[in-house]
Amino acid sequence: MSKPSDLVQGTLDLLVLKILALQPLHGWALSQRLKQISGEVLQVSDGSLYPALHKLEQQALVQAEWKPTENNRRAKFYSLTRLGRRHLAKEAANWERISTAISGVMRLTEV
Amino acid sequence: MRLENWMYTITLRLRLLFHRNAEGADLDEELRDHIDRQIEDNMKHGMGREEARLAALRAFGNPAVLREETRATWSWSGLEQLVRDLRIGARTLSRTPGFAMMAVLVMALGIGASVTLFTVVRGVLLKPLPFPDSDRLLLLCERSTYSAGGGDFPCNQVAGGVYGAWNKESTAFSSMALYSDDEVDLSASGNQLPETLDSASISWNLYQTLGVQPVLGRGFAPADDSLGANGTVVLSWSLWKRRFGGDPAVLNRTIYLDAKPYTVIGVMPAWFEFPNSTIQLWTPVYHEKPAKLMAALDYHDFRAVGRLKPGMTAAEATANLSTISRRLHDSQLDNPFIAAEASSRPLLEHLVGDVKRPLYVMLAATLCLLLIACLNVANLLVARTAARRKELAIRTALGGGRMRMLREHLTESFLLATAGGGAGLLLAYAAITWLLHSQYTMARSGSIHIDGIVAAFTLGVVALCAIISGLVSVLGSGSKQLLSALHESSRGYTTGGTGARLRRILLAAEVGLTVVLLMCSSLLVTSYQRLRATNLGCRTDNLLTMRINLPGARYRTPGPAPASFFDTLLRRVRALPGVDAAGFVTAVPGEGYYGDGGFTIAEHPPRARGKGTLAISRSADPEYFAAMSIPILRGRTFDDNQRLDRANEAIISESFAKKYFPGEDPIGKHLRLMDKQQLHQIVGVVGDTRYEIGEAPGPMQYYPLFAGDENYGTLVIRSSHNVEQLGTPVQKIIQSMDHDLPVSDVLTMDQLLGKNTFDQSFDAVLITGFAVLSLLLAAAGLFGVLSYMVAQRSSEIGLRMALGAQRGQVLRLMLADGLRPALIGLLFGLVGSTATTRLIKAMLYETRPLDPEVLVIVTTLMIASAVLACMVPAWRASRVDPMSVLRME
Repeated sequence: MSKPSDLVQGTLDLLVLKILALQPLHGWALSQRLKQISGEVLQVSDGSLYPALHKLEQQALVQAEWKPTENNRRAKFYSLTRLGRRHLAKEAANWERISTAISGVMRLTEV
Repeated sequence: MRLENWMYTITLRLRLLFHRNAEGADLDEELRDHIDRQIEDNMKHGMGREEARLAALRAFGNPAVLREETRATWSWSGLEQLVRDLRIGARTLSRTPGFAMMAVLVMALGIGASVTLFTVVRGVLLKPLPFPDSDRLLLLCERSTYSAGGGDFPCNQVAGGVYGAWNKESTAFSSMALYSDDEVDLSASGNQLPETLDSASISWNLYQTLGVQPVLGRGFAPADDSLGANGTVVLSWSLWKRRFGGDPAVLNRTIYLDAKPYTVIGVMPAWFEFPNSTIQLWTPVYHEKPAKLMAALDYHDFRAVGRLKPGMTAAEATANLSTISRRLHDSQLDNPFIAAEASSRPLLEHLVGDVKRPLYVMLAATLCLLLIACLNVANLLVARTAARRKELAIRTALGGGRMRMLREHLTESFLLATAGGGAGLLLAYAAITWLLHSQYTMARSGSIHIDGIVAAFTLGVVALCAIISGLVSVLGSGSKQLLSALHESSRGYTTGGTGARLRRILLAAEVGLTVVLLMCSSLLVTSYQRLRATNLGCRTDNLLTMRINLPGARYRTPGPAPASFFDTLLRRVRALPGVDAAGFVTAVPGEGYYGDGGFTIAEHPPRARGKGTLAISRSADPEYFAAMSIPILRGRTFDDNQRLDRANEAIISESFAKKYFPGEDPIGKHLRLMDKQQLHQIVGVVGDTRYEIGEAPGPMQYYPLFAGDENYGTLVIRSSHNVEQLGTPVQKIIQSMDHDLPVSDVLTMDQLLGKNTFDQSFDAVLITGFAVLSLLLAAAGLFGVLSYMVAQRSSEIGLRMALGAQRGQVLRLMLADGLRPALIGLLFGLVGSTATTRLIKAMLYETRPLDPEVLVIVTTLMIASAVLACMVPAWRASRVDPMSVLRME
């Protein structure tokens, strides 16, 4: 299995949605952004984006459209749907809550 | 979700369903585009072309796997996999059409047989009776013993007077009704011929007790059910359709039954058959039967059915009836034929009584057959898996998942089982149609049909077959030893350990089950043959019989009319050319129990109070014994003057003489019949006959037919040859004497016996069919597996022969290989059948469950077919040319 083992399950979906919320992107560009933003901390094989993207499309959280790009080529651009936006807001709030809680626990000093 | 989102999702789903290939191409393009962009990017950062490509691929992961994973997220992917598996399965199967046909055929036989039997068992035994709250319906009986009731009958018929008392006094039943089977002659009308019909006489409230209503007209009212009432009749649906064209105007019409007028008042629904499916019409019992009979406490002539009051149990209700019976018995202590106790059983149990055990035995036999079929298919699959070992090993080595192969395997056996199930359902449909046609008198045959439950059962059986044969063969494929399989396949000298052992175990199991089936079937066949070969006590060849019932209205008993009719008939029949002898009796041997009568012997001291003697009783004409070749051991036959009131002679059977006149000469002694105070002098002793095939001969008493006491019976005609040809001339004589008189059952004596032993022959034929099928299957299994092993070991055999082994040795080796599992199976089968044959003991006649003759036959048959099945492949092995085989390696 090529699922990124050190990535919390479902986090990849959240990251993808967050990046797509900024602007529609095709797969390769999305993977580049992911690497840039996360500063190479998140080790994800490029290809594992695709099962995630297709699953999000099935769930109607993103839509895809083939668009022409430079040099007479075309690429599949993914964009967030209204439902995706709502989902992202909910999941982000969730993430916020959990990570705050976990950081709180981690900041405890031993007595 | 907004409308445009809906639109998008729906089109996406539809595209994925109908343009899956185009979507697949899009995915490929998407992935390729990603890698291309990465390569360009890498080259921009200064890598060489090849280095850039490798780096891009490394970063991307395995494209093939990712492609599969992405596709797995699409909707319908379960469906897609199923379709793919099915396609692969169908393709693999169609590559070996012989194997596929064989497996489907085997499955079809097994599934077809079990679905048929299940349908019958469900219709007859498992479905409740079609009456509301039918579990509260009881058959009510008298419990007769020798000292009270006239014989050992735990569920005897009920006397009219006893029913009357029960009905009046019992508090346990919300309703209680009476019925009895009869035959009536329906007179000719219009252009319709007269005919004899099975009818039932019932108390007026039988329909209410059962909870049914006529579909047309009304049921009986209390006023109809008395001697003084006008005749009324309710028709069965089939009689109404057949004889009256389904015309509703039949209501209030008058028809003539036994030459008496009856008004048609109703028609019952088509499904209603009670007490059995041959009943065509119902008449009120108190109108039909003489008041004396209806009041008698000792004439056990009727069946009674009761509906339990709510909250009442069967045991409480029966105890309640028993107290009433005890009082009746005690009130006439000198009458030995009044029962002192009551008993009961569920009505369903009574109605299906005779067929219950044979049906369950048959169901067990079919399940055996089904198991054999499954084992056979499993065996074929194992053999094939073994042949595909190399292919499977390579696929596993290339990363084929174990689950995926298991799924393919199961899909394959599901395909086989489904095809087999489809064919089996057709077979079952044909078998049931045939069964209903040939066994239409079987209890509750009307409720047998293929319905939803049967369809569900078929599906279950199919799934079970698929899983059994699929899993067994997967277990045998042993893909754990991947490496050894790869090693092995490079030199094909070994027989592939686990697979071969499993096949041998399967074979042994198959042979064992077959032996059990063979044992049961040959026991039933032997029993049937012995039954048919029973000496009835008379000759049965060249005898023609026909049944005549004279209508009581015109031939009243006792009286001169029936006597003179029979006398004239016999004279005219004897005058026919070709007739050697003719006689008339109330029932011929093998025709059934019919009547009995209590008697006392005038010369003996009176028996103790409450003790009585009872024997089967017949009325016969003087020449009956000669016509049937029943030997007259002592004395003579009836004198010709034995007519009407002058009749005072009796003839007894040998066992009668032995039982009641031990050590004395019965000739000249006198019998006094219980219900007539007249004395009959014994003038002759005749040989014993059996009233029913399979029953021991019992004491029998004969009285002169021409006394005019009986107006029904069987005419027997003996001829030296072609006795069947006499049927028409005799029927013409009867028609000329009384054109309104139907004749039924024109049969030769052998046909009559065949008809009465039909059930046994039917059971024997069916189960033999199963046994032959399973023998064929087991032989086919032996043959298939051994042929396969020979093919697998041909190089080993070649090597052996190149090293100097003789053909004979090779033949012996291969035979031993195939026969060992067969012999082990035989042993287990014999052990198993000692247990199972005990279960069918009650169905056997003069045959012990471990009949040595049967044992020898079965063992020989099994070994012979095993040798035969092994012979061909073994012989083929011994003909192997060592050089060509070794060169092939």
